Order: sequence, then structure tokens, then C-alpha cells
Amino acid sequence: MENAINISHLDTHYGNYKVLKDITVSIPRGKTTVILGGSGCGKSTLLKHLIGLLRPTNGTILINDKDITLMNEFQLNDIRRHIGILFQGAALLNSMTIADNVALPLKEHTRLNPETINIMVRMKLDLVGLSGFDHFFPAQLSGGMKKRAGIARAMALDPELLFFDEPSAGLDPVTAAGIDDLILRLKSVFKMTITVITHELPSVFMIADYVIMLEKGEMLFAGTLDELKASSHPAIRRFLERKPDTAAVSPDDYFDIIAGRI
Amino acid sequence: MGSYGQTIFGLTGRMTIAFFTELRILSRLINNTAYWTFVAPFIQKRFRVKQSISEIVKVGYNSIPIVCVISFFLGLILALQAAYQLRRFGAMIYVANLVGVSITRELGPIITAIIASGRSGSAFAAEIGSMKAAEEVDALIGMGINPVSYLVVPKLIAMIIMMPALTIFADCVGILGGTILSVTLLEIQPNAYLNQTINALLVRDVVTGLIKAVAFGISITIVGVYQGFKVTAGAEEVGMRTTASVVSSIFMIILLDLFFTVLFYFLT
Ligand SMILES: Nc1ncnc2c1ncn2[C@@H]1O[C@H](COP(=O)(O)OP(=O)(O)OP(=O)(O)O)[C@@H](O)[C@H]1O
Ligand SMILES: [Mg+2]
Repeated sequence: MENAINISHLDTHYGNYKVLKDITVSIPRGKTTVILGGSGCGKSTLLKHLIGLLRPTNGTILINDKDITLMNEFQLNDIRRHIGILFQGAALLNSMTIADNVALPLKEHTRLNPETINIMVRMKLDLVGLSGFDHFFPAQLSGGMKKRAGIARAMALDPELLFFDEPSAGLDPVTAAGIDDLILRLKSVFKMTITVITHELPSVFMIADYVIMLEKGEMLFAGTLDELKASSHPAIRRFLERKPDTAAVSPDDYFDIIAGRI
Repeated sequence: MGSYGQTIFGLTGRMTIAFFTELRILSRLINNTAYWTFVAPFIQKRFRVKQSISEIVKVGYNSIPIVCVISFFLGLILALQAAYQLRRFGAMIYVANLVGVSITRELGPIITAIIASGRSGSAFAAEIGSMKAAEEVDALIGMGINPVSYLVVPKLIAMIIMMPALTIFADCVGILGGTILSVTLLEIQPNAYLNQTINALLVRDVVTGLIKAVAFGISITIVGVYQGFKVTAGAEEVGMRTTASVVSSIFMIILLDLFFTVLFYFLT
């Protein structure tokens, strides 16, 4: 199985706080990889490293066998043109309409004429079910619609690699299923390599070929969906069976926590 | 004793490191801005014309009324102040010289710059700051768009073009204010006043004023966007940085003004 991305021994810090600890994992090409893990375990942080937005303290990230941690801003920008990313908060530019947001990468990186760009923008918006909203500003959209507009923007340049940070968080089940369907289509029709962070178990079972699971910044699991289902690791079982973390704190510790001593 | 020493040395060390870190970030910003404004567009054959025009409208065209009103009043005030001194010598006609020279050399550029730092510099800081806070700058980087090229260059171009233009407005309207006051209250002949002004003004007075205006425009832009990019978190910080941008750009304007005034004093 050929890999699009190889991460090895990745360590990263926010100030003195170590967020990712010795992550070594690969993302297979032409497949959909799902990244799972509890809230605050560093998934979004990992994604930001994959586009060179954050620089690791240690380790290498190879994209198409080139180490992006050694690249300068210009080389990174060449790589980023082949990557589409949806941020957790959608991160649309609030000063422009949805259509202009989706058109932005096209205007910046191609020399297509405005009519062609318009057509491409409408195609992308239609793909995420937002036709007719071209002239809305991000502030006029609901949270889920912003997410979908963000997906349309990520796909604007028909990238080889797509990164989605919680694409279906805050969507109703029908729209969420629509996003899953879109991801499946992008994979089968355009052979894109798609990496999705999600907490939605139904969508994991629907789209995942390969699963990476993090816990508190460390690698917990990497393997195919079937291997995940078969795993007997307690943390994975808790996640799949939606059980709370039962390693409860002792009454004394709890007292220390609420007294602010820990 | 030891702990006091440690505190003092520790504090000095931390402040020095913080200072040089800021200096490094600032110089990198200046470096990038210069590259993306004056080099990259010619290599890539790609000029941000539309965006620059829209910034020109915002920082230039929309400032014309306020610049005119303030410099008009300034002209009036200056003429009266000059008359207060000169009438004792019966040299009222020299009001024209004083008004003309001080407006073109000094007050026109500086008043325009102070208005621009309050109007445009703060707007730059607020715009970029709120984009930073909303992850929009990260989104630009993620799309492979250099934020300096996309956000800073049009603003810098607009300021480089519009600061001298606004200063010319301020000069003309300020002199007009002086003229109107002299003609009415001081009863100087309009013709005599205007002739006196024209004779008093040297091209280099106007030109040195415009050179200052360009320098002020560059420094207002850099200070504003620098403060904007410094934002990391929420709306509160955006407000703080906006205020900081106005305060520090006015400070920079006065420093630069001192520098240029000394320079031109010895050069001309
Ligand atoms: N800019 C930042 N500065 C300091 N710490 C940060 C920053 N961003 C994230 N962190 C910390 O890094 C850790 C991982 O954050 P991250 O956003 O990667 O989590 P996540 O796995 O995406 O969580 P979620 O599922 O809730 O989105 C958290 O503990 C968070 O407090
Ligand atoms: Mg996240």
C-alpha cells in the first residue's frame, strides 16, 4: 500500500506544553483515513502540521516523499496548492461572500477567466448543496452551512489531498449522511486521498478505510476499519461502545481538584 | 539578597529576550512586505490592482472630508496665531509666509498622518487582528496564499499613493483657511496674500512635506499590520492591539518627523 503521507516521531509543543508525543503513522494514498480521539487530544493540531501551519519540535512529515518540515514558505505554498483543508471552525473569510470565498484559491493560483471561475464555483457549491447561496456572507449562514461552504472551498482546486476537520459536526443526520456520501464519491471518482477527523461513529463506519486513533497526544491505534472493530484495547472499546471513562478519581483526589490543588 | 539579584537579572534577561524577539518578528514583517510589494509582483507578473484600488478608496478617498475640515481650521488658527505676533511689528503680510511654510513643511503632513493613523492604521490592526482571531489568516496560509501579499501589500500601496495625495489636499485647504481668515479678519488684500504665499513657498518645502508623507504612510501601515498580526486570541485583544497601533504609530510619526526635519534642515 503506497502512502501519501508518512509521519515519523513527531513531537510538538504549545509553549512548554507537549501536545503530540512521538507520533509515527502513515496515511495511505487514494483511501479515506479517519482520525479519532477524545476532545483536546491533538487531532486538529496534527492536521495543522500536515499543511505546515505549525512546525514540529521534532520529527519528519513526508508528503509525496518530500519532508515538509524542512521546507521554506515558498516550497510549502507549492505543496499547499495540492491540498484542500477544512478547518474545524470553517475559517471562511468574513469580509467576502461564499462565492468569493470559494473563488479565492482559483483567483490566487490560476489564471482562469472570471466566467470559468464562476462556473467552477457554482459546481463546487452545488456539490455541497449550497446552490443559490452564492451571495450570502458567512455571517448569514448557519454553522452547518459554513462547514459545507468550507468544504466547497477546500475542493476548489481539485486537490490530491483533502483534510476535513469535523466536517459533519453540527449537521443534522441527513446532511451529515450527504457529506459522507460526498466523501465516498470524491474517493471513488477522483481518487482523492481524504483524511477526516470525526467523532461521529456512524460516519466512521461508513467512510473509513483506515483509522488512526490518538489518546492524549499519543498514538493508540492505526489500522484498517476491521482491525479497529476487532480490537480489544479497552480505550478503543470504550470509544466504539460510547462508554464513559470509568477510571474515576478517588474522593480525596476529587477534593484536591475542586480545591484547585491539582 | 541573592533572590533580589536573581529577580533583577531574570527580569532584565526576559525583557531583553522579549525585545529582540519582537524586533526579529518586526524586521521579518518589514522584509516580507518589501519583498511582496516591490519584488514578487514583478517576478510573478501579478499585481493586486483591484484590491489596491479598494484600499485606496478606504484610506484615501473616504478621508478627504475629515482631512479638509481639520486642515481648514488649522489654517485659520495658524493665521491668527501668526497675526498675534506679527501685528506688533506691523508686518501682517508675513502671515502668508508663516502659514504657507509651516503648513507645507510641517503641519499638513503631520495632521494628515495623525488622521490616517486614527482612521486607517487602526482599521488595519482591527481587520487583520480579527482575521487572526477567527483563524482566517491560518486559512489563507492553508490555501497557499501569503497573508502579507494578500493583506498587507494593497494597504501599503494605497498608503504610499494616498498619503502624499491627502497631504496635498491638506496643504491647499490649510492655505485656503489662512487666506480666508487673513482676507476677512486681518483685512489683507486677497491678491497680495496669495502673491506673498507663492513667493514664500519653495518647491522644496512642498516636496520635503510629501517625502515625509510617504514615510509616515509606510510607518502607519507597518505598525498597524504588525499589531494586527500580533493578535492570537479573542476580540478583547483585537481592541487592545487597535489602541496600541494608534498610540505607537503616532509616536513613530513624531520620531520620523524629528528625523526628517533635522535631515532637511541640514540638507536644504
Ligand atoms: N493555539 C494554542 N495554544 C496553546 N494550546 C493550544 C492551542 N491550540 C490547541 N491547544 C491545546 O492543544 C491541545 C490539543 O488541541 P486540539 O485542538 O489539537 O484538540 P482536538 O483533538 O482537535 O480536540 P477537539 O476534538 O475538541 O477539536 C489542547 O489541550 C489544547 O488546549
Ligand atoms: Mg479539533
